Amino acid sequence: MDTAGTTTPQQQKPGSKLKKRVTDFFVDLYKIGGFTARFFKEAFVPPFEFREIVRQCFEVGVKSFSLITLTGFIVGVIFTKQSRPSLSEFGATSWLPSLVSIAILKALAPLVTALIAAGKVGSGIGAELGSMRVTEQIDAMEVSGTKPFKFLVCTRVIATTLCIPLLATYVALIALLGAFLNVNTNEGTSYSAFMSDVFEPIGFIDINQSLVKAIVFGFTIGIVGCYQGYHSNKGTEGVGKAANNAVVIAMFLIFIEEILIVQITGWFR
Amino acid sequence: MKKAASHIDYNNAVISIRDLEKSFGDYHVLRGIDLDIFQGENLVVLGRSGTGKSVLIKLISGLLRPDKGSISVLGNDVLALSDKQLQELRIRIGFSFQNSALYDSMTVRKNLEFPLVRNRKGIGRAEINKSVETVLDAVGLSQTINQMPSELSGGQRKRIGIARTLILNPEIMMYDEPTAGLDPITCIEINELINEVQERYRTSSIIITHDLTCAKSTGDRIAMLLDGQFQRVGTFDEVFDTDDERVKPFFDYNFIQ
Repeated sequence: MDTAGTTTPQQQKPGSKLKKRVTDFFVDLYKIGGFTARFFKEAFVPPFEFREIVRQCFEVGVKSFSLITLTGFIVGVIFTKQSRPSLSEFGATSWLPSLVSIAILKALAPLVTALIAAGKVGSGIGAELGSMRVTEQIDAMEVSGTKPFKFLVCTRVIATTLCIPLLATYVALIALLGAFLNVNTNEGTSYSAFMSDVFEPIGFIDINQSLVKAIVFGFTIGIVGCYQGYHSNKGTEGVGKAANNAVVIAMFLIFIEEILIVQITGWFR
Repeated sequence: MKKAASHIDYNNAVISIRDLEKSFGDYHVLRGIDLDIFQGENLVVLGRSGTGKSVLIKLISGLLRPDKGSISVLGNDVLALSDKQLQELRIRIGFSFQNSALYDSMTVRKNLEFPLVRNRKGIGRAEINKSVETVLDAVGLSQTINQMPSELSGGQRKRIGIARTLILNPEIMMYDEPTAGLDPITCIEINELINEVQERYRTSSIIITHDLTCAKSTGDRIAMLLDGQFQRVGTFDEVFDTDDERVKPFFDYNFIQ
C-alpha cells in the first residue's frame, strides 16, 4: 500500500501527542462550560424530577458513607499525629486542637471529601451515563418524548451539589473525633477543653468559605461526570474513558477552585 | 408470505422522504433517497450491515440531521420543527432499538411507566397500572412486571422494548433489527408480534433488518437499500425476482443454505 504523504503514530513529531492531549483537555473544559449553561437553562424549569433527585442523593450520600467515615477518621488521627513533633519543639502542643481544627474545617474536610467523591461518585456517574449512551438508553428516552438531560443530568448535578456539603460537614466532625481521640490519649485533654480550643480560632467567614467550597466542588463533580458520560462514544472503551476523564478533570478543577475560593475569601477578611 | 393487512391506505403517506443525503466524514451513507411509507403498511428496509438502514430511522425520528433532503412525518417537516414540536411528534412514533435499550436501573414496570407519566400530564395511578397491564398482555409478558431487565432473556427484552413504545399508542412503529441475535423460534414469535401490533394498534411500521424470514413474514413492501440508494422497492417476490448480483446473495443465503 502506498503510504506516501501519510504519517503513522510512530512518525509523529515528538510532543505532538502531548500537544493533542493538552488541546483536547482544554476543548473539553470549554465544552463543559456549554454543558453547564444548559444545566442552568433546564434545571429550574418544571417539571422537576424530585423522586430521582432523592434517589441520586441516596446514591451519592449513603453509598459513599463508609468510605468517607473511614477516610475522615484517619485524616484526623494522622494530621494530629504528624503535627505533634513540630509543635512540641516549641512546647506548644496545647495548640494542637486549634491547629487541627483550622486545617480540617478550613481546608481538609471539603477537599478530602471532594477528592474521594470525584473518585467514587464522579467516575460512577461517568460510567453509568456512558454505558446508557452506548446502549442507546439515552436515545430511547429522547425518542419517547421525554427529556433525558433533565432526568439524568440535572438530577445528578443537584444531588452532588446538595450532598457533598453534607458529607464534608460529616467528614469534619469525624476527623475532629479522630483528632480528639489522639489528643486525649497522648495529652489527656478533656472533651470540653478540646472542643473549646477547636472552635476558638474558627470564624463565621471560615465556615462559609468551607461551605461554598463544598458546594462548588459538588457541582463540579456532578457536571464533569455527567458531561463525560453523556457525550461518551466508541463502545465500552468510551465508557472507561468517560469514567477516567470524569475523575481527572474534576480533580484538576477542584484544585483550581480551591485556590480561587481561598484567594477570593482572603479579600473579604 | 405475509397476509396483507386490511387497513392499508396506499393514497395516504405517513412518512415521505425526498432526496435524503447523509455522510459521516468522507463516508456517504445515504445518497439521495426517496421513499413513502403508507398508512397502515409494514415496510421492510433490507440491506447489508453498514448501508445506513439504522441511520435512516434515526433521521426520521430526528436523532440525526441529514446533510440534504426533506423528511415529512405525519404531515410535519421534521427538519423545521422546534425542540418542543419534535418532542410532541416523537410521542406519536414508537422506536424499538436493536438492543432493546431498556433502562437498566428500572424494573419492567418502571420502564413502561417512564414515557407514560412524563407525556400524559395528570394521569392517575389506576390508569397507569391499566396501561402497563394492557401492553404487557399485548406482548405476552405479564409475569415479568417486577423483574429487572438483566433478568430477562433476549427475546423478552425485545418484547418489553416494543411494549414500552406501544404504551403511548404510537401511529408509526420503527423496529431496528427486531430479530437480531435471537433463536429461530423467538424470531418467529417476534415476527408474529410485529404483525399483531400492526393489526391491533393500526400502526404503520418501518422494519430494519437483514433477516429475510423476518422481511417475508412482516413486510407488506420491501425496500432494498444498496450503495446508499433504494435499488428495488416492491413486494417480496418483486424485489427478489431479479438476476442482480447485489440482491441474489441475500435470498440465496437465507433460503438455500
